[in-house]
Amino acid sequence: MSGHSNYEPKTGIERWLDTRLPIVRLAYDSIIDFPTPKNLNYWWTFGGILAVCLGIQLVTGIVLAMHYVPHVDHAFASVERIMRDVNYGWLIRYMHANGASMFFIAVYIHMFRGLYYGSYKAPREVLWILGCVIYLLMMATAFMGYVLPWGQMSFHGAVVITNLFGALPIVGEAITTWLWGGFAVDNPTLNRFFSLHYLLPFMIAGVVGLHIWALHVPGNNNPTGVNVKSKEDTVPFHPYYTVKDGFAIVVFLILFASFVFYNPNALGHADNYIPANPLVTPAHIVPEWYFLPFYAILRAVPDKLGGVLLMFGAIAVMFVLPWLDTSKVRSMRYRPTAKLYFFIFLLACLILGYCGGQLPDDHVIPHLSTFTLIDADLNSFVWLSRFAALYYFAYFLVILPILGLTETPLPQPESISAPVLSHPANAPAGAAASPEKRG
Amino acid sequence: MLRKGIALAALGLAMLSAPAALAAGAAAPVKHVEYSFEGPFGKFDQAQLQRGYKVYREVCSACHSMTLMSFRNLGQKDGPFYDPKYPNPNDNPYVKSIAKDYQIKDIDSETGDVIERPGTSADRFPSPFPNEPAARASNGGALPPDLSVMAKARHHGPQYIYSLLTGYKEPPAGLKVGVGQHYNPYMAGDVTAAWSGPHDKVPPGGFIAMAPPLAAGQVTFDDGTKSTLEQEAKDVAAFLTWASEPKMQERKSFGFAAMIYLLIFAGLLYASYRKIWKNVAH
Repeated sequence: MSGHSNYEPKTGIERWLDTRLPIVRLAYDSIIDFPTPKNLNYWWTFGGILAVCLGIQLVTGIVLAMHYVPHVDHAFASVERIMRDVNYGWLIRYMHANGASMFFIAVYIHMFRGLYYGSYKAPREVLWILGCVIYLLMMATAFMGYVLPWGQMSFHGAVVITNLFGALPIVGEAITTWLWGGFAVDNPTLNRFFSLHYLLPFMIAGVVGLHIWALHVPGNNNPTGVNVKSKEDTVPFHPYYTVKDGFAIVVFLILFASFVFYNPNALGHADNYIPANPLVTPAHIVPEWYFLPFYAILRAVPDKLGGVLLMFGAIAVMFVLPWLDTSKVRSMRYRPTAKLYFFIFLLACLILGYCGGQLPDDHVIPHLSTFTLIDADLNSFVWLSRFAALYYFAYFLVILPILGLTETPLPQPESISAPVLSHPANAPAGAAASPEKRG
Repeated sequence: MLRKGIALAALGLAMLSAPAALAAGAAAPVKHVEYSFEGPFGKFDQAQLQRGYKVYREVCSACHSMTLMSFRNLGQKDGPFYDPKYPNPNDNPYVKSIAKDYQIKDIDSETGDVIERPGTSADRFPSPFPNEPAARASNGGALPPDLSVMAKARHHGPQYIYSLLTGYKEPPAGLKVGVGQHYNPYMAGDVTAAWSGPHDKVPPGGFIAMAPPLAAGQVTFDDGTKSTLEQEAKDVAAFLTWASEPKMQERKSFGFAAMIYLLIFAGLLYASYRKIWKNVAH
C-alpha cells in the first residue's frame, strides 16, 4: 500500500485497469509480494485468524438476520425456530454464538502478543490505536448481539450495562433514555440494538482496512523487535505466510468446531434459554466470559460512578500505552525484568476474569474468615479484584513508564537474520515463542 | 508454542466458564445418571423418547406447555416416532393420529366463529391454559414453566430434571414449608429464611410449588418397561432433552465429518508449510 511496488501487469486488461484503478496492484503489494520478517512465530498468525473470525461472523450474521424477528414477543421463539426449522439453522446460529467467543479468544491473544513484543511502539502507534478502536467496537457489537435472543441474561444484562451510563453526572439520565428509546429496556431498545448490531460489524471491517493499511506502512514487527535491515530479513507474504497462517487458521477452526458441534452452549449461560421476564431477576447476572475482567473492575469500586470510570479507564489506558512505555527496546525477549512484570500482568487479567464470575463477598479460600477491611472480608473476591485491578493500572501507569528508564536490557541482535544465521538453536531462553524450534 | 497457546486458551476458558456453573444457587449437586445421547457419538434412544413422550403427555402436559413443539416434530428424523418410510413427518400416520386426539381452537373461515377442530400434524402442542393468569390461578399462584427448551435452560439439564423429579423428600426438622409449597434439595433457591436450625447447616435446595408429579406405576409403558419413578423421570428427561435440541444427533454426526475434514486439511497445510519453508533459515 505504500512505497515501492514490484507489480507488473501481464495482460492487456490488467494494464488497462492498472492505469485507471490499480486495485490488482494493491492486492499484489499487500498480500502477495509484501515483504514480511522471516522470523514471525505462531503468535503472529492471530491477525489472519481474526480476519477469518470477522468473515464468519458477517456471513452467519447476515443469514441469521434473514430469519430473526427483532420484537420482544417473537425474538426468543424466532431464534429457536432458526435452530429447529431453518435448514442448518442450528449450525449457523451456533457458529455465530460461539464465533463471538472465538473472536475474543483470538483478539486477546493478538493483544497480549502486541504487548509482549512491543508492537505498539514507534512507528506503530496508529496501528495499535486502530486496534484498540476495533476492540471497543467488538465489545459494543458483542454486547448488543447477546441482547438479541431476548433471554433472561440478555434482558437483565442489558439493564445492568445501560444503567451504567446513568452514573455519569448531568448527561447520564439523558444517555440511558436515549439508549433505551424509552424509560426502560423494552421493544425500542431491542430494535435499535438489532440495527446497531448489524451496523457495527461493517464499521469494524472498515477500521480493519485502516488497521491493515497502518500495518503495511511500517511493516510487521517481529519477535526480536529489531527493524528489518535488508532483503535478507524478509520473505514475500505469499506463499510463506499464506501457508503458515492457513495452517494456524485451520488449527484454530478445529478448536472452534469442537465447541460448535460438541459443546455449543458451554460458553453461554443456561439462563439465556429462559425467555426474558422483566419481573423476575436472575439470582446472579453474569456477562459473557470475555467481559468478566472489566465486570470485576466495575464491582471492585464501592462507588458506581467510580467503578464505571475505572472500567472505561481500563480500556482508555490502552490507547495511550505507546506514550507510557518509555523503553526503546520493543521485544520483551531483551527485557528480562519487564518480561516478569508482563506475566504477572497476564495473571492479573486472568484473576480479574475469574473474580468477575464470582460473587464479590464469597471467600477466595473457602471457610477462612480474616478481618473486614473497609466493606468486605480481606479473603473475598472483591478484595482479590481490587488487588488485581490495582496491578492492572500500575502496570500501565507506573511499571512501564519507570522500568523503561531504570532497567538494563539484554543486548539485541544486529538484525533479524543475525541470530538466526549465527546461532540457529540459541534463541534467548524463556521467550514466549521460539520459532527456531519448529521447522 | 501453538500447543501451549491452545492449552493456555483452554485453561483460560475453563477458568472463565467455571463460575457460570457455580452460579446456579445453593442447590444440591445433581444426581449422576447416564444417557445414550451423551458424548460425541451419542444417539437418542427412540424407545426411551416414546416412553418419555407418554410421561409428558399423561402427566406434565396437564400443567406445562411446550409452545415451540408441533406434532410433526415427533415424526421428524431422530424424533420419538420417526419412521424412515415417511421422510415427511406430516405424512407419518402415528403422528397424525396423535394430533387427531387433540381439539384445536380455530376460526371458521366461512363464518368467523371460534370453533374446535381435530389437530393436524402441523399444529403446535396445545397449551393447558389459555393465558398466564389462568395458569397461575390453577396452580396456587405459581406459573408452570414452558418445557420446550427446559433441558438447555438449566445447568446439566437432563440430570437436573431427573434429580428434581426423583428428589422430593420430607423437609428436615427445623424447615418451615409454606402452604402449597414443597421442599426439593435440587430446586434452585435459598431456604435460609425458613430455616430455624443451626446457621451453618442450612439445607440445600429450595421450595417448589409443584407437588411430586411422578410415582411408580403412574404411566404404563407400551413396551413393557417397568414403570418405576426413576424410569419415568429418566425417560421424560430424555424426551425433554430431545425437544430442547432436536438436531443434536445431526449436529454430532456433521461435526464428526467436519473434524475429519479439518484434521486432514491441517495435515496437508502443515506439510506444505514445511516444504515451502525448507530452505529459509528462520
